[in-house]
Amino acid sequence: MQPQPILQLKEKLADLKLGGFSWNNRAVWSVAALIIILIVNRLISPNFFSIDMVNGRLIGSLINILDGASAIILLSIGMTLVIATKGIDLSVGTVMAIASAVAVMLINQYEAGAGEFYYMPGVVILIAVAAGAICGLWNGFLVAYLNIQPIIATLILLISGRGIAQMITQGQSPTFTNETLAFIGRGVILGVPFPIYLCLAMLILVTLLVRRSAIGLLIESVGINARASFYAGINSARIKVMVYTLSGICAALAGLVVAGEVKSADPHKAGEFAELDAILAVVIGGTSLNGGRFNLFLSALGVLIIQSLLTGLYVSKLHPTANLVVKAIVVLAVLLLQSDEFRSFLKRLFRRRA
Amino acid sequence: MKSRAFPLLMTTLVFALLYLFCLTQYSSFASMRVVCNLLRNYAYLGIPAIGVTFVILSGGIDLSPGSVIAFTGVFCALMIERNGMHPLVVFAIILVIGTLFGATMGSIIHYFKIPAFIVTLAGLFLARGGAYVLTTDSISITHQFYVDVSNIVYVFPDGGRFTFAAGAFVIVLLVGIFLAHYTRFGRNVYAMGGNETGALLQGVPIGRTTITIYALSSFLATFAGIILSLSKRSGDSTIAMGAELDIIAGVVIGGTLLTGGVGYVVGTFIGILLPGVIHTYLTLDGSLTPWWIKIIIGVLLFGFIGMQMLLSSQFNPLKLIRIPRRAAA
Repeated sequence: MQPQPILQLKEKLADLKLGGFSWNNRAVWSVAALIIILIVNRLISPNFFSIDMVNGRLIGSLINILDGASAIILLSIGMTLVIATKGIDLSVGTVMAIASAVAVMLINQYEAGAGEFYYMPGVVILIAVAAGAICGLWNGFLVAYLNIQPIIATLILLISGRGIAQMITQGQSPTFTNETLAFIGRGVILGVPFPIYLCLAMLILVTLLVRRSAIGLLIESVGINARASFYAGINSARIKVMVYTLSGICAALAGLVVAGEVKSADPHKAGEFAELDAILAVVIGGTSLNGGRFNLFLSALGVLIIQSLLTGLYVSKLHPTANLVVKAIVVLAVLLLQSDEFRSFLKRLFRRRA
Repeated sequence: MKSRAFPLLMTTLVFALLYLFCLTQYSSFASMRVVCNLLRNYAYLGIPAIGVTFVILSGGIDLSPGSVIAFTGVFCALMIERNGMHPLVVFAIILVIGTLFGATMGSIIHYFKIPAFIVTLAGLFLARGGAYVLTTDSISITHQFYVDVSNIVYVFPDGGRFTFAAGAFVIVLLVGIFLAHYTRFGRNVYAMGGNETGALLQGVPIGRTTITIYALSSFLATFAGIILSLSKRSGDSTIAMGAELDIIAGVVIGGTLLTGGVGYVVGTFIGILLPGVIHTYLTLDGSLTPWWIKIIIGVLLFGFIGMQMLLSSQFNPLKLIRIPRRAAA
């Protein structure tokens, strides 16, 4: 038993939080994890932080991390909002496949000389995004109006969506040559890959949308207690439909990024396991699967943690088969550090030794 | 009509109708050949699905079975072919490893309060990654024991081959039904899924039960990996990719509620075989392209969920007019 004044001092220190800093803040652990991984990467590969300009394009591991993470960051934006409403969206990977299949099938008509306006590249992109939005609307409808559990509601599209994408491309993996569509995945502006701009734009846009209006607050309240929100006059069904639709749109954009990178649409493999990566990133970013408080930038940080880890494994020339194992272990470590129960368990462990 | 068994009854009815329909189209559905093939081909999904049923009944979820199956197959192939160990010894080792793997996941879920979805997701990556680390080659197994096991078969008069895998599936199903409905463990699982706090107050050992459930699920996934290894006579690290979702879909089609507490092990059996019947039909038909089966399974899943929603005890047709408000509350 400690003397009273010391206990009081401890409480005061805990309250002080030094400019918002607290060891109990999940953000601290996420940032720490990213910094540690980057430092380890730097130790493995001395020129890890170097960025060169080659042919008007910035080249370097850090740029690679951002570029490689872009598709999952896009997914994580929608996924964060969905999880904040106590939902989950398992279908984003297949929505990526559907959107890219739609875009590539239409753009190939355009390349083949079809003149109708809906084959124009700009319109094709819009149609692909609309396809994603429709998928999201469907999920939202099932969750909000039919009261189906999110995991099952989106499982329906996860299973049938790949079939739909394969039906669109007739089981093929068509390639394309259109530069406008490819620009989304491999374009460069001022030396920086276009997907990075797209991610930043979406992050800022959605953050403004949820934080400069009441929507963010409503999303959190629906996630914490849907029934109470309903009695407080919030149309939680509409909020849910909105977040699932946004998730569909984000997934469609991610699908276009991936299709643009490889200049083809692969209905079998595109976005496979992407939903799991996105969910992991959101959880690492500190959004609880039980809904409520969320932070889009921390989710993006979660993606960067995973991506820098994978890039680090790549530069360390460790055998690439070890990727999944290391990923699982690091993810588990980050999650354990975030768990209050695990930290108090560690504290007890050390106290016993002392 | 409002009984908890109703979803199961409906699933059984749909299964029977579907089978009858197939029977009118192709008389071969009446043969033991089709039945035995179904059991044999779906054993590797059905066996872990019975474990996952317990997990879902308790209100949890397990995403790792597909990866555990792959890891088991690769481990068996490597140990038998490269290290020259006897298959039975290898099976014993891998079953212990698998059970410990599940127990570890269960412990993390229980003691550190990390959602089961995320823990078993990490388990999915770990087991699949483990399989990749062991080898990315496909290794065929030529051990005499494998040949002997494949000769254990009961041949029906019409040529249907009731193989070892089919037998294992049926036995696991029976043991699963016994565990769920005639043991204290089964009672505890249902109690936990119904209301965890309530169960705790009633004296259900939540921690021990949670760990046992996940250990059981991984044990059965490992067992399924052995069965698949025996019938494929090879180990391949990319096998059973995405099987976890087929398994969960099967459990849900079988009438088990994802919220826990409601469901039957035998429902899972039907839920797993249902897509199998459709697949068999499409194969016999030959004119339908493979992507249709995915779409049809999705539609079926939707149909079953919708039916469960409509027929659940809370449903009141008059309230349909005010759907949005119902959804909100």
